[in-house]
Amino acid sequence: MIKTINMHKHFGNLHVLKGINVHIKKGEVVVIIGPSGSGKSTFLRCLNLLEQPTDGEIIFEGISITDPKNNINLQRQKMGMVFQQFNLFPHMDVTANITLGPIKVKKISKGESEILARKLLDRVGLPDKAKAYPKQLSGGQKQRVAIARALAMEPDVMLFDEPTSSLDPEMIGEVLDVMKDLASKGMTMVIVSHEMGFAKEVADRILFMDNGIIEEEGSPKEIFNNPKSLRTQNFLSKILY
Amino acid sequence: MDLEFLIKYKMFYISGVKNTLLLAAFAVFFGVILGIMLALMKLSKNKILKALAISYIEFLRGTPVIVQIYIIYYGLPNIVPFHLPDMAWGIVALSLNSGAYVAEIIRAGIQAVDKGQMEAARSIGMPHNMGMRYIIIPQAFKNILPALGNEFIVVVKESAIVSVVGITELMYRADTIRGITYRAFAPLMVAAVIYFIITFTLSRLLGIVERRLSVGD
Repeated sequence: MIKTINMHKHFGNLHVLKGINVHIKKGEVVVIIGPSGSGKSTFLRCLNLLEQPTDGEIIFEGISITDPKNNINLQRQKMGMVFQQFNLFPHMDVTANITLGPIKVKKISKGESEILARKLLDRVGLPDKAKAYPKQLSGGQKQRVAIARALAMEPDVMLFDEPTSSLDPEMIGEVLDVMKDLASKGMTMVIVSHEMGFAKEVADRILFMDNGIIEEEGSPKEIFNNPKSLRTQNFLSKILY
Repeated sequence: MDLEFLIKYKMFYISGVKNTLLLAAFAVFFGVILGIMLALMKLSKNKILKALAISYIEFLRGTPVIVQIYIIYYGLPNIVPFHLPDMAWGIVALSLNSGAYVAEIIRAGIQAVDKGQMEAARSIGMPHNMGMRYIIIPQAFKNILPALGNEFIVVVKESAIVSVVGITELMYRADTIRGITYRAFAPLMVAAVIYFIITFTLSRLLGIVERRLSVGD
């Protein structure tokens, strides 16, 4: 579904991604782990061109999205994104946050979009927050609304950029539960996360990134129980889970 | 204080106030339009537009407004092939000056909106313009309003300076009364009070608008 071919990213003199080749298949849940500064988030943000790769190619559903002639807005509708800082629109209530994309981008009627929003709020466990404003919500609730907002575009893949990293510990579970539910329904997901327990449980494949390359990849079992690379072993030995 | 001159010269004050309000209203209007254009130019990726906007803003903010008024009032009419009344040249000078300040207010207001907001808008497939319209501008507007209101008040006060080239607004009229009556204190105090009434009313009105807007927060 998504294929990156020799993808590089420079920020000035900083060489952040050094030739990434990844193929994410339909229905697959891929979790990317690695030390901070390893390029995990940059990699994820390149997939929907929030960062423009400086070299290489990205193919999404058979289309080269790095082609300068391509209109990325069309593919972004099919790639939901969830941010570490939620990035809800503070001047709109929860329903308006969720229905904005369907109404303005997909030109679906307001009534139909609001029915969809209600369904999605049920799904993320927030049916009573339809009229709330983002600042009235807790971090976990905000992130669940952000997931609903992304799902409202009916994407083919969901990208999660450290979705629980800015949450209080007691709110992490409620967000991970929503993500587990998504995974169990067959959603293709690419997740940058520090939640190793979650990665172990949900991932079909783990990518370990370090210093701008994919150092090692494999099933959770392989990575966690029997890491081959010294760096992977080193990283995993330093974290508690 | 003998206020007899007030009755005798009240028409001076009335026509002066009228012209001051006219000058300020048009200068604010054109200043905001120019400011929006300059702000968008300064934020654009086009290097030429950006350089033009930066040069303009820096130059207008870095030179005295009285010099600008002299250049525009005495200098421009000799260069341009059309004729404008005095008031119009006053409006041109004040607008060109105010536009530079408004541009910086708007640019700062737009840049103060968190970067993640545009990313979130783009991530649901919105083109850049749509993100500006529905996500960035509405949030920037609230940031901008207090500083913009302040700029309106500055324009009302600064408009007094066009009296130096003989535009018959409030300050010019008060000074005329001074010349006729050989009295300075009272006629100028009256002008000061009138300016204060205008700016105070304006700042109260802007306060109301600000409170209205913050209800949604």
